[in-house]
Amino acid sequence: MSDAASATPAEVLEQTWRDPPGLWGWLSAVNHKTIAARFIYVTFGFFVAGGILALMMRLQLARPDSRLIGPDLYNQLFTMHGTTMMFLFAVPVMQAVAIWLLPLMLGTRTVAFPRMNAFAFWIFLFGGVMLFAAFLIGAGPDAGWFAYVPLANADYSPGKRIDIWGQMITFTETAALMEAIVIIVTIFKMRAPGMTLDRMPLFAWAMLVTSFIVLFAMPAVMLASTALITDRLVDTHFYDPELGGDALLWQHLFWFFGHPEVYLIFIPPLGVISAIIATFSRRPMVGYRAMVLALIATGFLSFGLWVHHMFATNLPELGKAFFTAASLMIAIPTAVQIFCWIATLWTGRLHLRTPLLFILAFFVILLAGGLTGLMLASVSLDTQLHDTYFVVAHLHYVLLGGAVFPMFGAFYYWYPKFTGRMMSERLGKWQFWLFFIGFNVTFFPMHILGLEGMPRRVYTYPDGMGWNAINLVATMGAFMIAASVLLFIVNAWRSRRRGAPAGADPWGGGTLEWRAASPPPAANFDVLPVVHGRYPLWQPAALPDRVAGIDPALREVLLTSVTAAEPDHRMLMPSPSPWPFVTALATTVLFVGSIFTPWAVVWASLPVAITATFWFWPRHSESRIRHEREVRPEVRS
Amino acid sequence: MKDEASGNDDGRSLHVGHLPTFAFGHRSPMWWGTLGLVAIEATVFALVIVAYFYLRGLADAWPLSGSLPPDLLWGTVNTVVLLLSMIPNEMARRAAERLDLRGVRTGLAWCLAFSLAFLAVRALEFTALNCAWDDDAYGSVVWMMMGLHTLHLITDTWDSAVLAVLMHTGPIDGKRFVDVSENAGYWYFVVGSWLPIYATVYFGARI
Repeated sequence: MSDAASATPAEVLEQTWRDPPGLWGWLSAVNHKTIAARFIYVTFGFFVAGGILALMMRLQLARPDSRLIGPDLYNQLFTMHGTTMMFLFAVPVMQAVAIWLLPLMLGTRTVAFPRMNAFAFWIFLFGGVMLFAAFLIGAGPDAGWFAYVPLANADYSPGKRIDIWGQMITFTETAALMEAIVIIVTIFKMRAPGMTLDRMPLFAWAMLVTSFIVLFAMPAVMLASTALITDRLVDTHFYDPELGGDALLWQHLFWFFGHPEVYLIFIPPLGVISAIIATFSRRPMVGYRAMVLALIATGFLSFGLWVHHMFATNLPELGKAFFTAASLMIAIPTAVQIFCWIATLWTGRLHLRTPLLFILAFFVILLAGGLTGLMLASVSLDTQLHDTYFVVAHLHYVLLGGAVFPMFGAFYYWYPKFTGRMMSERLGKWQFWLFFIGFNVTFFPMHILGLEGMPRRVYTYPDGMGWNAINLVATMGAFMIAASVLLFIVNAWRSRRRGAPAGADPWGGGTLEWRAASPPPAANFDVLPVVHGRYPLWQPAALPDRVAGIDPALREVLLTSVTAAEPDHRMLMPSPSPWPFVTALATTVLFVGSIFTPWAVVWASLPVAITATFWFWPRHSESRIRHEREVRPEVRS
Repeated sequence: MKDEASGNDDGRSLHVGHLPTFAFGHRSPMWWGTLGLVAIEATVFALVIVAYFYLRGLADAWPLSGSLPPDLLWGTVNTVVLLLSMIPNEMARRAAERLDLRGVRTGLAWCLAFSLAFLAVRALEFTALNCAWDDDAYGSVVWMMMGLHTLHLITDTWDSAVLAVLMHTGPIDGKRFVDVSENAGYWYFVVGSWLPIYATVYFGARI
C-alpha cells in the first residue's frame, strides 16, 4: 500500500504481490509459487494414485492364474497407470517445479502471463479429476495409454471410456502448451539484467528446450485424439481402413508426440542434475556450452525417433533403418552431458547428501536403461522383444531412472527453499536405499521375463512357464518402492514443522534462487538483482548489483532483451482474478459436454468466449494507474 | 512510497525508472506469447496437411468415393477476401504503433468487416466441398482442415470485436495498443495459414 508511509519496502512488496485472502482470493490466486505449489501437490497426488494402480497390478501378477483382478479391470489398471504417470504426473510435475523455480532462478518477481498460468492449472486439475472420476465409476479407459486403433475405435471399445481418455488428453495438453508458452516467455523476457543466455542456469536451458518440444510435439497428440473422438462420435473415418483411413496414421501421430514426450520427461531432470551436481561438487559445471548444445541437440533428435515404436509394423525397411540410426544417435548428446557431469564430480569436492545420492543413482539406472534402449533400437531385436516385459523394464529404467530419481533429488534439494526447513537426512537416506533397491528388485527381473517371452498387458499367466518366482520378486520390489514413497511423504510432512531451519542458502548453491529468503516472500526478492556471471552467489561482488526504479507498491516487473538481458521496459503485471478459474470451468463444460454431443462444441463455446472476455477486460482502476505512469516508447511517425 | 533501492547513485543501482512502460514487436512479451500460439497452431495445420497427403498416398483414387473435388469459386473468393484483409490489418497495426486511437478504431472496424465477410463466404464454401465429413477419410480430412481454420477465424473475429469495443469504450492505456498490434500479427498467421490449406483442399484432389 503506497499510503502506508511507515511500511518498509519489503512489507509493501509483500502486500503488493501476495494473493488475496479468503475463498475468493484462493480461487483468484496468480502468484507463481501458489499456482506451482498446487500443481506440485496435485501431480504428486496423481503419482501416488498411479503407484497404487501399479501395486494392484503387481498383486495380481504375484501368482500364476490369479483371480484377484479380472481382465476388464486389469485393462483399466494398466491404461490408467500409464496415462496417469505420463500425462498427469511426469510432464506436469516438471513444468510445475519450473514455474515455482524459474522466476527465482532468473531474478524476477513472477512468470509471464500469470493468469494463463492459473488457468492452465485449473484445466489440468479438472481433466485429471474427470479421468479418475470416470475410473472410479467403472468407466475408466481400457485400451492402453497409447490407445491404438482399431482397439480404441467405436467397434472394439464401445461406450464412453475412450472418449473420456481422448478428452483428458485435450485437457492436459492444453495445460501443458500454455505452461510451455509461460516458461518460454518468462525465460526470454524476464531474466535479471546481465543474465545473458550464456549465463543462464542449465535448469532454465533444460526447461526452455523442453518447452519448445512441447510446442511442436503436443499438437500431434491433440490432433490424433480429436480425430479419434470424431471417428467415434460423428462418424469420420480417419482410422477406418474400409473407407480410406489408416490405423497406422494413429501410430504416426501418437508417436510423433509420444517419443518427444519421453524427452519432455527426461530433459528437465538433466537441468536438475546439473544444478545439484554443481552445488554438491562445489564448483561450476564443466563444459557449460557443450551441455547447452547437447540439450538442444537432444531436443532436435527427439523428433526423429518416433518410428522405433513401430518396428513391428509393415513400414518400409529403409525407413526403419533410418530410425534405427536416429535412435542410436540420441545417445551422443546424452553421453556428452554424462561426461560433463562426471568431469564436474571428478574435479569437485563432493558433498554426499541425499540429493546427490539420487543423482548418482540416476547414472547407474539410466545407463542400464540406455543400454536396453540401444538394444531396442535394433529392428531385429525389437521385433523379438516388442510388447514383452523387456520393453516394460526398459521404459521404467529410462523414465524412473531419468526422471523420478532426479525428481526426488530435486525435492530434497529445493525443499528447504520451498518450506524454510531441512528434510531429515537420515530418513532421506533410508528412502533412497529403499527406492534404489526396490526399483531394481522390481524392474530388473522384468528384462528376464521379457527375454523369456512374457507379454505385457496380460492379466495373468499360466503356471509352469518359469515366470512365477520372477513375478513374485518383482511384486515384492514394488512394495519396497511403495514403502519408500511413503517414507518420503512422512519425511516431507514432518519436516514442514520439525525440520531444522534452512536459511536462505543451506547447500551453498550458486544460482539466484538461493539469494531469496526461504521460503521466498510473495515478491521473491526485496531488491531485484543484477547478474555478472553464471553463478552469481559464487562470484566476487560487482557493481551494479541491484535494480532501482521499480515501484514496490505496484505489480511492476522489468523486462529485458532476449539474448543480452539488457533492461528494455517496465510492465505492470495482471492482478489476481477469479476469471481464469471461471473460464476453466466453462472450458471443462465444453470438453466434457463434447464427450456426449458434438453440439457442446457449439453451445458451450459461448460461455468460454464470454468468461475469457471478462478475464481480458481491463479494470478502470488498473488502467488509470497504467495511464498515469505511462512512459511511452519511441513512436514511429 | 519510494522506489526500491531509492537510488543513491553510488554505482550499486541500475536505474530503470526512465524506461517505457510498454513496447511493441519482439520487445513485448505478448509478441512472444502470440508467436508461441502461432507455433502450436502452425504445427497442427502442418500435421493435418501431412495427414491429408498420407491418406492420399494410400488411396487408389482421390477423392475416394468418386466425388468431385471442391468447387473453386467460393474458396478462391475467400482467398482474395483474406488477402485484401491484410490492408486494414496493416493499417490497424501501424495506427496502434503510432498510438493513433482514431486510426486503430477505423482499422479494427474494417478488419471486423472483412472477418465477417470471410465467415459468410466460408459458410458457402462448406456447401461447395462436394463431400461430407462422414463419407470417407477424404471427406473427414478436408472437413477437419476447413473446420480448424474456421475455428481460428471465429476466435480471431471475436478477439477483434472485443478489441474494437474496448477501443471505443475504454479504459485505454498503452497496453491496449500493444494488444491491437499483436492481434494484427495473429491475423497475418490466419491469412498465411490459409494459403497452404487452400492449396491442399482445392488442388490436392486435382493434381
